[in-house]
Amino acid sequence: MKICCLVKEVPDAAVQKRIDPETKRLDRSGENTLNQFDTHGIEAAMQIREGGVVDVEEIVAVTMGPGSAQRALHKAVALGADRSVHLSDDVLAGSDVCATGYALAKVLEGESPDLVLLGQQSDDGECYTIGAVVADHLRMPSLTQVIKMDVADGKLTCERQAEYGYDTVEVRLPAVISVGDAINEPRYPSLKAIMGAKKKPLDTKAAGEVGIESGKVGEAGSRTQVLAINPPPEKEPGEIIEDEDTNETVEKIVAWLEERKLI
Amino acid sequence: MSVISDSGVRAPSPPFTDEHEDLRATVRRWVESEIVPEQDTWERRREFPRELFDRAAELGFLGLKYPERLGGQGGDAVHDAVWAEELAAAGACGGVGAGLGAHTGIATPPIFSFGTAEQHERFLRPAIAGERIAALGITEPGAGSDVASIRTTAKRVDGGWLVNGSKTFITNGVRADFLVCAVRTRPEGGHAGISFLILERGMEGYEVSRKLEKLGWHSSDTGELAFTDVHVPEENLLGAENEGFKLIMANFQWERLLMALGAVGAMDWCLRRSVAYALERRAFGRAIGSFQAIRHKIAEMATKLEAGRAMSYAALRLLDSGQDALREVTAAKLFTQRAAVETADEAVQIHGGYGYMREYEVERVLRDARLGPIGGGTDEVMKEILGRGFGL
Repeated sequence: MKICCLVKEVPDAAVQKRIDPETKRLDRSGENTLNQFDTHGIEAAMQIREGGVVDVEEIVAVTMGPGSAQRALHKAVALGADRSVHLSDDVLAGSDVCATGYALAKVLEGESPDLVLLGQQSDDGECYTIGAVVADHLRMPSLTQVIKMDVADGKLTCERQAEYGYDTVEVRLPAVISVGDAINEPRYPSLKAIMGAKKKPLDTKAAGEVGIESGKVGEAGSRTQVLAINPPPEKEPGEIIEDEDTNETVEKIVAWLEERKLI
Repeated sequence: MSVISDSGVRAPSPPFTDEHEDLRATVRRWVESEIVPEQDTWERRREFPRELFDRAAELGFLGLKYPERLGGQGGDAVHDAVWAEELAAAGACGGVGAGLGAHTGIATPPIFSFGTAEQHERFLRPAIAGERIAALGITEPGAGSDVASIRTTAKRVDGGWLVNGSKTFITNGVRADFLVCAVRTRPEGGHAGISFLILERGMEGYEVSRKLEKLGWHSSDTGELAFTDVHVPEENLLGAENEGFKLIMANFQWERLLMALGAVGAMDWCLRRSVAYALERRAFGRAIGSFQAIRHKIAEMATKLEAGRAMSYAALRLLDSGQDALREVTAAKLFTQRAAVETADEAVQIHGGYGYMREYEVERVLRDARLGPIGGGTDEVMKEILGRGFGL
């Protein structure tokens, strides 16, 4: 079995996120790191390998991004991936979710994985959709927000987080699964693994090398267009009820709740 | 990692690389998820669990700088420096830092540097694996900073030595499986007659006489040990006979630098905690951080932190490149230990009444920090080393 894990380089959680008003894209200067949600995808792959039910020959981390995205791949390898593939090309800049999904699918076509795993969302864009787009291009079944996964006989039995409770779904392989952070606790990368990560094979690919049509990626190839960016409306200040006389305070709170038909 | 920053996290600066920052993130995650939630219980019990050594070993922390052939991670001193700083910065209490740090930072390095291949197998490998806990025994009831005056004696007998005497303030002393112990092997006194023997728990006459109560570092075990005619075999001599003082001196620089880095980590924690509190706590209708009195306290804390960090990193760069760093390490140790006490005290002050309460943790950091200007050579000894270095 071969598992590909999609990973993404995102701004570090400590960095104040900012949108560049000119390009209308996220300002990615400053320190970046591996998307936390994707670490759960790698851990899920490692647990399948260590579970021993199926023989996992290879775990490959795949990313699309600028040169700096290699750091995210090193981290993915430190967490257990055997090698990594970095899709990097200027024509890809400005790709929206659809174009990014198409581009990643082209890389995955060349890898022919039995299973594609990824985090259910990225820390920056938070679209939750890349897995489904990739699956559509690969003509594979897809599940999102998976929080439990058992593999056997060429199929997966997954629990998917639903609004009220869980759906249990069986999926035939190959498939694209995006996982929620409740699925596992990613391991701690050891120093040995951190230092060894740079020695593992890292294959950098340009768009043309994996058969990406340049008209389908980048800003021009994206089907969505950001027209304007506005900050969310400011929250109205809440009403503070000072507790001077507790009976009065309770009356005020009850009146407030009744007015809104909450009780 | 710098806390005063207008753009979040900064790129690593030498001698640290991305790899070191990844290790830092691993240590931080471990401390925040497995130590911080438990440590108040450990402090009350006056001991962190033995299993913490097992867990630290499992994650590779006990062998960061030791070679893979001995079960280590194959890193170097800078990796160990990251470990020392980040334990404190991520909020591990001083007791945990002391117990784990005594094992990785002061008790096992002499075995690696001065031990034979056979001693590496017997002591270092199981210490890296967390199977045997190590302690360093130098201080005695009558000899602290004045190392040359130790009185524990080792008399030559058939097949080894007979050790008599006592040691005190020994971190991990109560549960240590072996003790890297300074003994006098020549009656003349002074520096020349000191040797190191590895004493093992279970040797006849080796006794833990007392577990000591302390101002801080509550979760670390600090012991007083007594030796009565302990027979130590020949093969437990560490380094050359009568050349133990060299071992002590070699160890001291590293120990002091680790202490400096630990203090930098603690100051970083105090500053972050105080800033968060100053933004959240309101008095007279506004956040207390908006009062100049508090804002200036924060500014002073940040300045001490950055000065201490700069001194410690500079000393680390020198040591890491194999240069002599006696003056730099000594100055960094002297400055940071006092600065950490002052910074923790300011953190308590900013927290007001809550700062005096256990649940806000800053009072513990203040108590823990107070050992700094005493342990590993007092402030006064640091000043003597620095002053005499100018030929005075």
